[in-house]
Amino acid sequence: MSTHVRNRRHFMAQATAAASALAFPLVWGAQPKPVKIGVLHPVTGALAFSGQQCREGALMAIEDINKAGGIKALGGAKIETLLGDAQSQPQVGAAEVEKMNEAGVSAVLGAYASAICLATTQAAAKYNLPHVVDVGVADQIVERGLKNTFRFGPGYGVCARVAMINLHVLNTAAGKPAKTVMIIHEESLFGTGTGNLLARELPGYGFEVKEVVKHANPTRDFNNIVLRMKALNPDIVIPANYYNEYALLVRTMQQQKVTPKAIYSVLGGAASSFKFVKEAPESANGIIDCNHWYNPKDARALALRKRVEGKGLFFTYEIFNTYTAMMYLADAINRAKSSDRAAITAALADSTFSDHFMPYGPTKMVNGQNAGAQPLMTQVLGGDIKVIVPREYRQAEPVFPMKS
Amino acid sequence: MTDLSILFPSLLNGLTTGAVYALIALGLTLIYGVLHIINFAHGAALMLALYAVYWLKELAGIDPYLALPLVVPGMFVLGYAMQRLVINRASHGKDENILLVTLGLSIVMENLALLFFKSDTRTIETAYTLTTVPISIGFAQAMIALPKLVAFGGALVASAVLMLIVGRTDLGRAIRAVAKEKHGAKLMGIDVDHVYAMSFGIGLACLGAAACFLLPAYYVNPQVGNGFVLVAFTIVVLGGMGSFSGALLGGLLIGVVESLGGLLLGESLGQIGIFLLFIAVLLFRPQGLFGAKA
Repeated sequence: MSTHVRNRRHFMAQATAAASALAFPLVWGAQPKPVKIGVLHPVTGALAFSGQQCREGALMAIEDINKAGGIKALGGAKIETLLGDAQSQPQVGAAEVEKMNEAGVSAVLGAYASAICLATTQAAAKYNLPHVVDVGVADQIVERGLKNTFRFGPGYGVCARVAMINLHVLNTAAGKPAKTVMIIHEESLFGTGTGNLLARELPGYGFEVKEVVKHANPTRDFNNIVLRMKALNPDIVIPANYYNEYALLVRTMQQQKVTPKAIYSVLGGAASSFKFVKEAPESANGIIDCNHWYNPKDARALALRKRVEGKGLFFTYEIFNTYTAMMYLADAINRAKSSDRAAITAALADSTFSDHFMPYGPTKMVNGQNAGAQPLMTQVLGGDIKVIVPREYRQAEPVFPMKS
Repeated sequence: MTDLSILFPSLLNGLTTGAVYALIALGLTLIYGVLHIINFAHGAALMLALYAVYWLKELAGIDPYLALPLVVPGMFVLGYAMQRLVINRASHGKDENILLVTLGLSIVMENLALLFFKSDTRTIETAYTLTTVPISIGFAQAMIALPKLVAFGGALVASAVLMLIVGRTDLGRAIRAVAKEKHGAKLMGIDVDHVYAMSFGIGLACLGAAACFLLPAYYVNPQVGNGFVLVAFTIVVLGGMGSFSGALLGGLLIGVVESLGGLLLGESLGQIGIFLLFIAVLLFRPQGLFGAKA
């Protein structure tokens, strides 16, 4: 072998080593191991719209966290996402948790619908896998004593109570024009739980509950319900259901010229949705809702809204709820200084996370529920959604009763 | 307690909803009656037709009713091509294969819609979306949404056209011949593959018409077809497989049963009536209301 060839080989070997050292400096240094997070939502099936909105919110939060330098306490470890699809079915959601556990995730974020959350939190509890619930409003989710389950947002109990108190206040201030209500709710855990709670407690606030109507998902036609409404002529109609049925119900009411003194929703699927306001401005006008909402005076929320709308999406509660729930989880991992499940669970439980744009104040978990979490009351006014209650977040004076 | 004054509007409401069910079921019964294909892709095809109507309105500003001459032939071509190029080739003449092929097609179509159109629930706004028409017979009064009334009329006309095609044209005779005796028809010089594809095309064309009548009062998303397909299958069996008048009357009957069931039993239990009726028919008249004894 000639010297020439040997020299050339020598040169090539050195050059390759140098080039790879330059190109992948972190391989030589200690690159922090990424933290694996399972992001689980019903992105197909009947709840696909909400599930995809949730996923978008989670991914935007993860993008922001990674861009801002990852988990600082872990040397800037990036968050690695493992996406899951619950296919709008609880058992599929639970199976996805099994898969995520096998893949070694440090925590799970999800799973939008109450019924799915019940299944996924339970599946995760078997492995002491921390599970942050992003929406899932049924209170049973956090009332079963599962140590791994944490909900950042409010449950339906709080939402229904806030709604009832404010209805009482609004009605009293207006000279008590409303005396009777009709409740229309969907038949799954969320709607039934909310509907029953309202039906039980509204009489205590001086309202007569004329009828409670439960309907299936999907319901193709709301004419019957609206006909009953016409016959009963309630002062206030309270819907608690998902987007499609909500929109169909309100449109049918408009068709049949049923104009109660207020449409007063509790966690109404379309009531405080920019999508509904844009697509059916006439139907949406005046609707009051007690629902998940951001602090309208926080610049970060407004900036996020702009970004979401820039992507051609609607800034719905699914997006900002899941976004902030992910931020809460990332903050806890940072506090835990570890990707260990037990450490993260402890940090989630002791969290005082306050760097967010929801109207909750500093986080304080009581048995897995953020005690400060509260809904806001909004009303569709002049083609926009405005916060009307409480006063510190108020953007517009409430209009109650509606002038038809 | 049920107020008698809402019985009449509820009945009319059931009839108008039932007419659209009937139109969807007519397509299904044609495909089943002739081809003996249990078309699981029927719901997905309805969904595609609804999207076609939606996009024509959104992108080209074409009113859903004026979209009929575009969507109906479009769905016909899609159906013809689907049968000729996919189902016929992949099934190798075996019924169980056809079942799986149509099931596969429905999954593919639904997920393609999810990919391209996203999971958004979409509705259209037309000048008449919220218009209602007062109807009164004697002292009974009702307000019926104009789109539902148009859908009712449209569904009846479409059914009549379909029956004329099958009953009075050469194509219809060929379809009936193939349905009765495939090999005999072939020996008489009928192009069986062509007749199959024509039937499938007409079946899907019915969905095109149904979509045009449905969308002004309804919505579209990638899962929208699932809600209709089970009802449509029920109607086909109830009316008698392959019977057009059976599908039409079955559709109207189901619409009324669903509506009154919802009114009397509570909305969540409204569909119980449909399936009770269904079970009763299967028990006492298994060939369906208008089906011939096998």
